[in-house]
Amino acid sequence: MFCFPAMGHRHCCALGPMDPMRRSPSPCSSRPSSPRTPPCEMLGYVGIEAVLDQLKIKAMKMGFEFNIMVVGQSGLGKSTMVNTLFKSKMWKSTVQGLGTPTPQTLKLQSVTHVIEEKGVKLKLTVTDTPGFGDQINNDKCWDPILGYISEQYERYLQEEILITRQRHIPDTRVHCCIYFVPPTGHCLRPLDIEFLQRLCRTVNVVPVIARADSLTIEERETFRRRIQHNLRTHCIEVYPQKCFDEDINDRILNSKIRDRIPFAVVGADREHLVNGRCVLGRKTKWGIIEVENLAHCEFPLLRDLLIRSHLQDLKDITHNVHYENYRVCRLNESHLLPRGPGWVNLAQTPAGPLAAPQPSKACQQDQEDSKDDDEY
Amino acid sequence: MIGTCSAVSCAVAPVAAAPVAALADAGAMAATDIARQVGEGCRTVPLAGHVGFDSLPDQLVNKSVSQGFSFNILCVGETGLGKSTLMDTLFNTKFEGEPATHTQPGVQLRSNTYDLQESNVGLKLTIVSTVGFGDQINKEDSYKPIVEFIDAQFEAYLQEELKIRRVLHAYHDSRIHACLYFIAPTGHSLKSLDLVTMKKLDSKVNIIPIIAKSDAISKSELTKFKIKITSELVSNGVQIYQFPTDDESVAEINGTMNAHLPFAVIGSTEELKIGNKMMKARQYPWGTVQVENEAHCDFVKLREMLIRVNMEDLREQTHSRHYELYRRCKLEEMGFKDTDPDSKPFSLQETYEAKRNEFLGELQKKEEEMRQMFVQRVKEKEAELKEAEKELHEKFDRLKKLHQDEKKKLEDKKKCLDDEVNAFKQRKTAAELLQSQGSQAGGSQTLKRDKEKKKAPHHPTQAGSVAGSCCKLPNCMVKGAMFSGLL
Repeated sequence: MFCFPAMGHRHCCALGPMDPMRRSPSPCSSRPSSPRTPPCEMLGYVGIEAVLDQLKIKAMKMGFEFNIMVVGQSGLGKSTMVNTLFKSKMWKSTVQGLGTPTPQTLKLQSVTHVIEEKGVKLKLTVTDTPGFGDQINNDKCWDPILGYISEQYERYLQEEILITRQRHIPDTRVHCCIYFVPPTGHCLRPLDIEFLQRLCRTVNVVPVIARADSLTIEERETFRRRIQHNLRTHCIEVYPQKCFDEDINDRILNSKIRDRIPFAVVGADREHLVNGRCVLGRKTKWGIIEVENLAHCEFPLLRDLLIRSHLQDLKDITHNVHYENYRVCRLNESHLLPRGPGWVNLAQTPAGPLAAPQPSKACQQDQEDSKDDDEY
Repeated sequence: MIGTCSAVSCAVAPVAAAPVAALADAGAMAATDIARQVGEGCRTVPLAGHVGFDSLPDQLVNKSVSQGFSFNILCVGETGLGKSTLMDTLFNTKFEGEPATHTQPGVQLRSNTYDLQESNVGLKLTIVSTVGFGDQINKEDSYKPIVEFIDAQFEAYLQEELKIRRVLHAYHDSRIHACLYFIAPTGHSLKSLDLVTMKKLDSKVNIIPIIAKSDAISKSELTKFKIKITSELVSNGVQIYQFPTDDESVAEINGTMNAHLPFAVIGSTEELKIGNKMMKARQYPWGTVQVENEAHCDFVKLREMLIRVNMEDLREQTHSRHYELYRRCKLEEMGFKDTDPDSKPFSLQETYEAKRNEFLGELQKKEEEMRQMFVQRVKEKEAELKEAEKELHEKFDRLKKLHQDEKKKLEDKKKCLDDEVNAFKQRKTAAELLQSQGSQAGGSQTLKRDKEKKKAPHHPTQAGSVAGSCCKLPNCMVKGAMFSGLL
């Protein structure tokens, strides 16, 4: 028989009253069987998976929020696209009347709606950017947009550092920005490249080829390849970013998507009769372009990406990556946080790569960002 | 053609029959400042078809599954109440650990983390147990290590949250989500240690009181015991965790369970054959207590409530209520406010600058004080030293004077002696002269010599001193006496 010592058992750390800062020795990974936490075999059903249902109930009760921004020149069908995506009249299709002057400066307009489907409530905010790229001199026309995005991050940050915080901070940050590329058929224009370069660092950008019904299928393919080549040359990482793929399944799925970006889309909010079915489409003299038909355009792919499969992912990347990057820059420049005696563990700010969701993966975007960090 | 799906009205203004018209004025807003219509004024728009975001909860759940969950339980209770056994029974597994002795000098907390996997859900379970609770003679400070531990977890999370570069989504949450308080089955009432500890913990953690080893109490005593406990808790203002009743799907079951608090539980990891099934039970000579029999104990209820129904709510309460309270108190203690009296929002920066200046001012003041004190001390020391110096001088003077006096006296004495010596010498020489004269010229010269000799040494002695005092030689004395008789 051996007597048990007061401390020093095999797997545990005895925390005495003098040692309040020690936590249990487990790393942050959530993958099972990390070397220091022993996996336990359960001999029977406990019921842990019921927590998933609890999560679902909680989420449904709280509702979801989604903020989307559409950027592109006038006449590319942005408002129609939003209406088609969410199958409702979000915007009145902006048709410029004869008397209305073209907007002289870039004005952002935003509208919020609550839509519900099968018990799931979604508060959707759509921000439009009329006047983008319409002037003769389009220099710095991206500034209001970047300013708007930063303003939303700032708003969230201010809410987060309050002493008495709300239970649920209203999320107005832009989760996704759809960029409409005009269907020239050649390649990306300098304005597009400039804008995409700047925006990809702060927000998830999904480029689409607008009004794709003016291109044939072959022209679309060439255009798409050229755009992909342009994006690669200028190191523009559009959503879904390669560096945020979490595991092999994600990578396979996202590679397929990345292959088809930018989607060639057509928007329509009128219904027509085709073969006895009512479909959304554009009626022309030479035929009806069905929006939901994959053979005609890639709108279903865009809709599935944005809404059905990757909506939560968009929000997560915005929250975990883009917002954190903004926060780091903001706190570094204005010393918002107390950094004096009493705050023991506050991290120093090394000039290293910015946040990525998986700290173990090297990030191409980080290298690009750290290059820009030196410019601050 | 706009088909109507379910439209839930949340807007203050009624949803117009022609949403298009309503959109027109809801649409355009001001230039670069955008006033968002959040909450009120939000229009619900009917959908014309299936959009597909009803998969959103599934997307969310999938994300959470891939990230994994963490759940932390704190078991507070006296040694020997069956805390470890109950944990083993709850999670249907054998956790590592040896039983503690009763001889602990103080209360300590032992924390273990385990990875549990059930179908596709991975749970990182942390069980913290008190060691030595209630074993000391003086239990006044027993609650302190527990409170400090809970605060330390909050502090760690707060530090992580306030970091500049932080990884909150991958952070292993170590905050305690549920505290199971084990009440000894005395059958009477709560011990004062229990009341004190629970009162200290109720604002920091969700407390679920349970009656441990409840097979020691009979059914009738149990109901009385439960009533007594709940009334004591209420009268002392202890807020225990209430299962939430605001969501319809769980309101009913939670409501009934709330009435059964505190749960009377039994833990056992031994399996016995009862009927034709293997069940967890405890065997006594008078019968067998089945753990999972609802008529025998409330173990099933505890498991239901803790894990299957309310785990998410426990985590949420910890984060949104207890942690926020801790954060607020901590930040206010540091001196940060949200708004100043003019109700302008403070930035943390201003507050920080103000605090910093205040701190620097205090430092300066302290420095001044110290400097002044230093100067004063120096002065005092100086005065002291001067005093001492003066004293020394005085002493020195005195000694010198003494020395001089002594010297003078000695000189006087020396002079006297010298005079005497001189006188003696003179007389000696005179006497010798006389002798030599006497021996040379008979008697008269000797007489003369003697006379001279007599005269010479006697001159100084004419004052009256006896000749014998100057001249020590006996011959001389005799001759001197003779010749003085002759004169």
